[in-house]
Amino acid sequence: MSTATATRRTEGEADAPGRRRKLTPLRLLLHGFLIVVSLTWLFPIAWAVLTSLRSYEYTAANGYVSFGGWTIDNYVTAWQTAEFGKHFLNSVYITVPAVLLTLFLASCVAFVIARFSWKLNLVLLGVFTAANLLPQQALLIPLFRLFTEVPLPEFMSDSELLYDSYWGLILINVAFQCGFCVFVLSNYMKALPRDLYEAAMVDGASIWRQYWQVTMPLCRPALAALATLEVTWIYNEFFWATVLMRTGDKFPVTSSLNNLRGEFFTDNNLVSAGSVLVAIPTLVIFFMLQRHFVRGLTLGASKG
Amino acid sequence: MSDLPLIQADRAVPPPAATTSKGGRRRRLRLLSRTDRVVITLMVLVPLLLVTGFVWLPAVATVLLSGTNWDGIGPLNEIEFVGARNYSDVVNIYPPFVPAVQHNLLWLAALFVVATPFGMFLAVLLDKELRGSRFYQTALYLPVVLSLALIGFVWQLLYSRDQGLINAVFGSNIDWYGDSNVNIWAVMVASGWRHVGYIMLLYLAGLKGVDPSLREAAAVDGASESRAFFRVVFPVMRPINIIVLVVTVIESLRAFDLVWVVNKGRNGLELISALVTQNVVGEASRIGFGSALATIMLVVSLVFITIYLATVMRENRE
Repeated sequence: MSTATATRRTEGEADAPGRRRKLTPLRLLLHGFLIVVSLTWLFPIAWAVLTSLRSYEYTAANGYVSFGGWTIDNYVTAWQTAEFGKHFLNSVYITVPAVLLTLFLASCVAFVIARFSWKLNLVLLGVFTAANLLPQQALLIPLFRLFTEVPLPEFMSDSELLYDSYWGLILINVAFQCGFCVFVLSNYMKALPRDLYEAAMVDGASIWRQYWQVTMPLCRPALAALATLEVTWIYNEFFWATVLMRTGDKFPVTSSLNNLRGEFFTDNNLVSAGSVLVAIPTLVIFFMLQRHFVRGLTLGASKG
Repeated sequence: MSDLPLIQADRAVPPPAATTSKGGRRRRLRLLSRTDRVVITLMVLVPLLLVTGFVWLPAVATVLLSGTNWDGIGPLNEIEFVGARNYSDVVNIYPPFVPAVQHNLLWLAALFVVATPFGMFLAVLLDKELRGSRFYQTALYLPVVLSLALIGFVWQLLYSRDQGLINAVFGSNIDWYGDSNVNIWAVMVASGWRHVGYIMLLYLAGLKGVDPSLREAAAVDGASESRAFFRVVFPVMRPINIIVLVVTVIESLRAFDLVWVVNKGRNGLELISALVTQNVVGEASRIGFGSALATIMLVVSLVFITIYLATVMRENRE
């Protein structure tokens, strides 16, 4: 063991600076390959941005493989005809409460699972985690029926039903995403030192205080990673909004794109401007919170 | 390393259960005040009711409804049980069913045979911590932040017959999304584009968790790099491999958004998920029939969910 460590150290010292300088043909090939793959991967997104910045008249006359016709009119037109402002707001109404509620409820369950060692813990964890992996379409039929049966007062939903209301979408997103967060948070909480709770108990802290004032502050990194991930997932959610909403005006922005395609369909420049507009919030989150985003994805290593 | 509590977290601290004897546990329970017990119950019960009510009960109801002839309109007490008739109808007299199963399997095969190994290969390359590997990584997992519905739109810019890039460059005249012979391949490419980045990320995390001394030992023994990977590193990553397998199966079973934005899952793009949706929200609301389709999805996914849970639970207990 000690020899292995020693070899590693000498090797590392001799190698590290040398490795950088020594650009063997193999390494050059590797970089070339990775550059080609990366650019290929970026290409569809870059192409969408490029297309969105050109006028339809110019590309119609000269073809898309040409240069010129630069304009931002597509964005203005897309924003106005598609009423993106309204749909973004709908997404906010659904995403913000859903993410907060998911994190709150999931952290409660995770805390109990991690804090106490009861026999039912494993079952509980399974019930939540598996729920997140079921195919949504397999639940659609009873849920669709349920949503059209449950009445809501008019001030909550102008459809007076859970169907076609923000409440319904918030609830179903929370129910579906809870499992993933319970799984990740309970793992995270189990790794916290037990002494904390013993000290808290000696101080006479109630369970709620142990959860809210001891555990939750320590979970900030995990919560940040999960919040980033859940915001993108719920914002990107397409299926539930498509099937559980009827009024086009109330669609969140991801699902509204499909509704609006009819207005766009002959004009790819407009389609691309609309796509870029819808992608902007997730791209901003991604570039600002990349570390959290990546950590969140690998934290669970489970999300489909 | 602390970035990856999934596999590592519980090893950092010995599991508390092992040290708590039965008597000790009971004593601890008694230490809880009545308020504490009410709080604990609420903390579990509220989320549990939500998940049961919106996920598990509907799942059970789907299975029950698949044995009935309910049309979704009549009163519940007029429901008749028709046994397995819906299932035999699905298989025998529903033309889109067989193509849908084929497409789902094709989807799985494409993700599993092409996208997953490619993602793993990229992860191995990026794990070498080359200069600029941050750029490569970012480029590769950028599609993962986009919704699949949006990806459908973005790729339309390449696929469209009259305005698409592919036809413009190659002078072809193929309607990639519209032609029922090629559109399933076109959407699978778009789906694979996203999947590769996701798999790469999972394996990158997995590779960082592999004990470096294992690789050194292999190197000292004179094993070549690829040999060391397949004989030493790959087997150690077994839990990640199983997770990736299950994620891939579930993802190809749940595939929906892409085909729905293209043509609502018709004309060459039939998938089971789309057929279920068509049978419920479309003009014809054939509840029993749609439920039979949904139950098939449910059963297949539960098999893999069980494998998944068994894997992660075992990992966590170790």
